[in-house]
Amino acid sequence: MAKQIYFEDVEVGAEIGPLEKNPTTQQLVRYAGASGDFYQIHYDKDFALGNGLPGVILHGALKNAFLGHLMTDFAGEHGWLRKLGVQYRGMDQPGTKVIARGKVSKKYTEGADHMVDCEIWLENHKGEKTTPGSATVILPSRGAK
Amino acid sequence: MRKRLELTTGKAMANKYVTDEAKKQIGKVSEPRTYEVERGAIRRFAEAIGDPNPLFNSEREARKSRFGGMIATPTFCRSMGAPIPDIKLDMPTFRGLDGGSEWEYLAPIRAGDRITVQSKLVDLREAAGRLGPMVFSVVETTYTNQFGEVCAIQRATGIRY
Repeated sequence: MAKQIYFEDVEVGAEIGPLEKNPTTQQLVRYAGASGDFYQIHYDKDFALGNGLPGVILHGALKNAFLGHLMTDFAGEHGWLRKLGVQYRGMDQPGTKVIARGKVSKKYTEGADHMVDCEIWLENHKGEKTTPGSATVILPSRGAK
Repeated sequence: MRKRLELTTGKAMANKYVTDEAKKQIGKVSEPRTYEVERGAIRRFAEAIGDPNPLFNSEREARKSRFGGMIATPTFCRSMGAPIPDIKLDMPTFRGLDGGSEWEYLAPIRAGDRITVQSKLVDLREAAGRLGPMVFSVVETTYTNQFGEVCAIQRATGIRY
């Protein structure tokens, strides 16, 4: 398991990630199979073009999963991803990289829990944020150990 | 000035599709559906999203963790087809888009769990888009394990235009 981050190690403004992903059409097919989302705009180019799209596009939920990956890596085994929110603002296409990133926006305690709020997003190879979102994680505290 | 405001705010215009009658559907729930979570399905989902975390991929490694065994990735719930409440809208034809999701995670989902999935329409509204009226629906889906613990809640925004 990867190295654990503790609540005391985190500062507001600290960067999370980056986590680079290079989705291919093959990954979209695998995701379609694993998730059961067989909407053709994600693997049938002619169908996508016929729907006015520039080609097949990433499932929004796959981008959601990339941001989930970013945050479970950050939380580590002893942390817990408590909330995850994403908005699909722009389309992403396979064959170009997307990068999941985040920034710590707030740290606080709630009862016995040590919480960290984060602003997260997915950006394309041009640096445009296609998928903004937010996350809250519970982190272990050195004091509580 | 006042008149111009009335012309440009959505409130001054009657909704075309999300009528008062259509709004009565808010609160409507789907039938519940129960899924058995297979270990292989957890791993295949993690592989499909490209997440090598041992918690989601290796029973051997995950047993040494605080969870005592493999757990599902945060968005694994997407593989449990949520039964959608039957929403009736008088739209002749429409295209659909996924607008986004908000998740709350309350307990891990483990291999072998039996998860009951139920959805509820929590919001239905209309806004003027560039291509005409757009309808936004928010469906809240609850994922509850065999012990009655709510593991996850998803609020998904669907867009029809």
